[in-house]
Amino acid sequence: MAEQFTLPTNPRSENEERLGRIRQGLSSRHAREKRFQMYGIAAILAALGFVAILFVMILSKGLPAFTQAQISLEVYFDPAIVDVSPKPFQTGEQSDADFRRATLTWEREVTMVNWNRVIEAAIRAAAPGFEIDTRQALTLVENNERFELRDMFVANPELLGQRVTVDMLGSANVDNWLKGTINRDLPDNQQQLSAPARALADRFEAEGRITFPFAWHIFTNVDSRSSPAAAGLAGAFMGSLYMMLVVIVLAVPIGVSAAIYLEEFAPKNRITDLIEVNINNLAAVPSIVFGLLGAAVFINYFRLPLSAPIVGGLVLTLMTLPTIIIATRSSLRAVPPSLRQAALGLGASRTQMVFHHVLPVTYPGILTATIIGVAQALGETAPLLLIGMNAFVAAIPSTPFDQSSALPVQIYLWQGNENRNFFEARTSAAIIVLLALMLTLNAIAIILRRRLERRG
Amino acid sequence: MNSAIVAVLLLALLGLAYQIGWSRSRRLETTAGRLHSRPAYHGSLLAVWALVPAALILILWILFGTSLERAYIVSLLPADIAAQTGPALETAIRRVRDIASGFGVAGELADYENLAGQSLREFKLLAFAIVIAAAAGAGAIAIYMARGRIAPRLRARNEFEGFVRVLLIACSAVAILTTLGIVASLLAEAIRFFSFVSPIDFFFGTVWNPGFSTVGASDGDYGLLPLLWGTIMIAIIAMFVSLPIGLMTAIYLTQYASPRVRDLVKPVIEVLAGIPTIVYGFFALVTVGPFLAGLGDAVGLDIRATSAATAGIVMGIMIIPFISSLSDDILRQVPRAMRDGSLGLGATRSETIKRVVLPAALPGIVGAFLLAVSRAIGETMIVVLAAGNSPYLRLNPFEPVSTVTVTIVNQLTGDTDFASPQSLVAFALGLTLFGMTLILNVVALFIVRRYREQYE
Repeated sequence: MAEQFTLPTNPRSENEERLGRIRQGLSSRHAREKRFQMYGIAAILAALGFVAILFVMILSKGLPAFTQAQISLEVYFDPAIVDVSPKPFQTGEQSDADFRRATLTWEREVTMVNWNRVIEAAIRAAAPGFEIDTRQALTLVENNERFELRDMFVANPELLGQRVTVDMLGSANVDNWLKGTINRDLPDNQQQLSAPARALADRFEAEGRITFPFAWHIFTNVDSRSSPAAAGLAGAFMGSLYMMLVVIVLAVPIGVSAAIYLEEFAPKNRITDLIEVNINNLAAVPSIVFGLLGAAVFINYFRLPLSAPIVGGLVLTLMTLPTIIIATRSSLRAVPPSLRQAALGLGASRTQMVFHHVLPVTYPGILTATIIGVAQALGETAPLLLIGMNAFVAAIPSTPFDQSSALPVQIYLWQGNENRNFFEARTSAAIIVLLALMLTLNAIAIILRRRLERRG
Repeated sequence: MNSAIVAVLLLALLGLAYQIGWSRSRRLETTAGRLHSRPAYHGSLLAVWALVPAALILILWILFGTSLERAYIVSLLPADIAAQTGPALETAIRRVRDIASGFGVAGELADYENLAGQSLREFKLLAFAIVIAAAAGAGAIAIYMARGRIAPRLRARNEFEGFVRVLLIACSAVAILTTLGIVASLLAEAIRFFSFVSPIDFFFGTVWNPGFSTVGASDGDYGLLPLLWGTIMIAIIAMFVSLPIGLMTAIYLTQYASPRVRDLVKPVIEVLAGIPTIVYGFFALVTVGPFLAGLGDAVGLDIRATSAATAGIVMGIMIIPFISSLSDDILRQVPRAMRDGSLGLGATRSETIKRVVLPAALPGIVGAFLLAVSRAIGETMIVVLAAGNSPYLRLNPFEPVSTVTVTIVNQLTGDTDFASPQSLVAFALGLTLFGMTLILNVVALFIVRRYREQYE
């Protein structure tokens, strides 16, 4: 580029030297600039790439888990196997207590029936002549199906002697085999199913007996260890729901009140400074320390029930409190002074000004902060593990004081299950559900904020 | 049942008091002329005055009721059993309690136990009735007395607002109480732990081998250093990943990128911040771990699937948005004038950044760095799932390690009576963790405040 510089013919050598140096340095400086920009772009691409890899991995592992193997069999309620007396009807002279006792006795009889034989007969009927022994045949169908048949019969005893087509849930190992999550070339001793069972599963799939419908039971069933293919998230949902309710009921009033006091009423002295520093520190404390607090104070000192949503809710409230306080304070600060002074000028007291004029304007901000705080609390696992929620709970809590699980804890428990090829997919499915919930909450918060701000 | 009755009582009291106050002040207005406050405030004041004595009585009952009940049970037991101390006495008391509540006890029921159970049931009923009556009575008396005060001169609104202020202060106190609670509970349990194991052995010991809770206290080694080293190593790896990527992302987005690119990229990176840590842990376990192990096989190194490197890398990914958004805010605070001046003097953009913007923003970035380290130290779920569980002092980052947080989870999930050092050590570890993060946060704040250059 030397031609661009039309030098004066003044032979000032320092000038020439300086310009020469500048010219030399310029190209390397430009090169360094380009490199720096490239680093920046590389960094952004790396960050975006991580997001992409994470989502692709979760979706690719989790989406297949939403469809599960289902075997359609013709079940014959063989009177030889289902050998029970007829269902009792309440006659006129029978008392209520007697009728209840008779019903219980009959139900016990029904439970004692070997429903597995009915299932086995149905499987053999579907594959006549196939060489397979009882235990191997039963590995095709999930363990809970015998209870499903029993419940069908209790509801409708007319089924005795009839043939009905029943859609049964395939076992986890059948699901693995047919979906290919287990290597088909592995030798027999490393396979999860016996050779006859595998062959029968392939045959049923080829015949169209085994289909893969959407697995709604992931949402409606409780967790189960004896029937892994039937395990679901219902108990975890209710537990998380109760905890979020406790968080909303407790954290919002306390947090907003604290923020109002600190922002509007507190004198500006060292004590309030201390409180402010305190709250900022609390926001940065690791979540597991809150779990320790919960274990030491709520469970040990107050003797609240272990693994109950109320304890989890209390711990999560303490964690969400700083977020809500800080967000409410900034919303309060954003209210224009003209509003406050107008109220005061018309004779309102301080309290009236705050509660009747300032606070209503901050509702959108508080709402958004609450929703975001709740979404964050939804994903917390560590403190819940310390208050006893790492136990296996196979029931839906009916009150916040019952033992329960929670969505992130359920993910933790499922990923530790031995049946890795089945439960990796299941865990990813549960993660998809959790992320979908959090995404929905965040989206609601953003939409609400836009709507309310525009109106206000 | 009990709490429902109490709630109904309180609500009824409140409603009644409000109604009485409101109607009386309205009536007074017609005869005595204008009152100082509106009727609503008189009503609210009366409601508050009615609530205070009733709530006091209920709180007294909650605090002292159980010890009163216990004394009564002890008086019911025959002399020789009542003279026992410790677990034997507790068992006897618990049996009587279980009989009274209808739970049922194991083994034969002695005569005195049956009688005691009956008497206890009657006592509880009687006591509950007395407490409810006392609370209602106190509330009624309070209503009557407060009603007499209603006069034109009564500054009801001011009194009521005084109550409101007290309530707000109480809510702010919750934040302080939380911190105090954390420190107190951690300290108390940690001091109990230090009665088993000396602090020197704990803080400077190099072997971590606590043994099981059936083994005596003296047989375990409780050295903190392997855990501390694991924590630090993972934090170092995480900062190596997150600092370059986070900082360069922030620099590029603030200095180079067009607003459209910014609006597109920033939310996507924020998504990384919103993902629950258990998802990261699962990602590390299922994708990053095997990937690193495969990489190690290809290169010839022995990289384990669960190792410090796996957890560190994924933790770095998690911290990227943290550093990126904090640095973003800090870089934006550097005045445009400095940037423009440098550019005007002929520097390229990268030179401006490297020599003008970054040095100006350095205190803030150091603060952000320290906060990120504090976050990395307190992180639990990623480490629980992906770092293995191997509390040894090792330099190799490709081997499993154990950290402070993982050990807290391991030691505490299980037995809850907190009597053995194996459980108490979790609190000592929690105290250490809390102290470390507190110091990091305070130092970060101090650095930012002290070295921040004021440009205005």
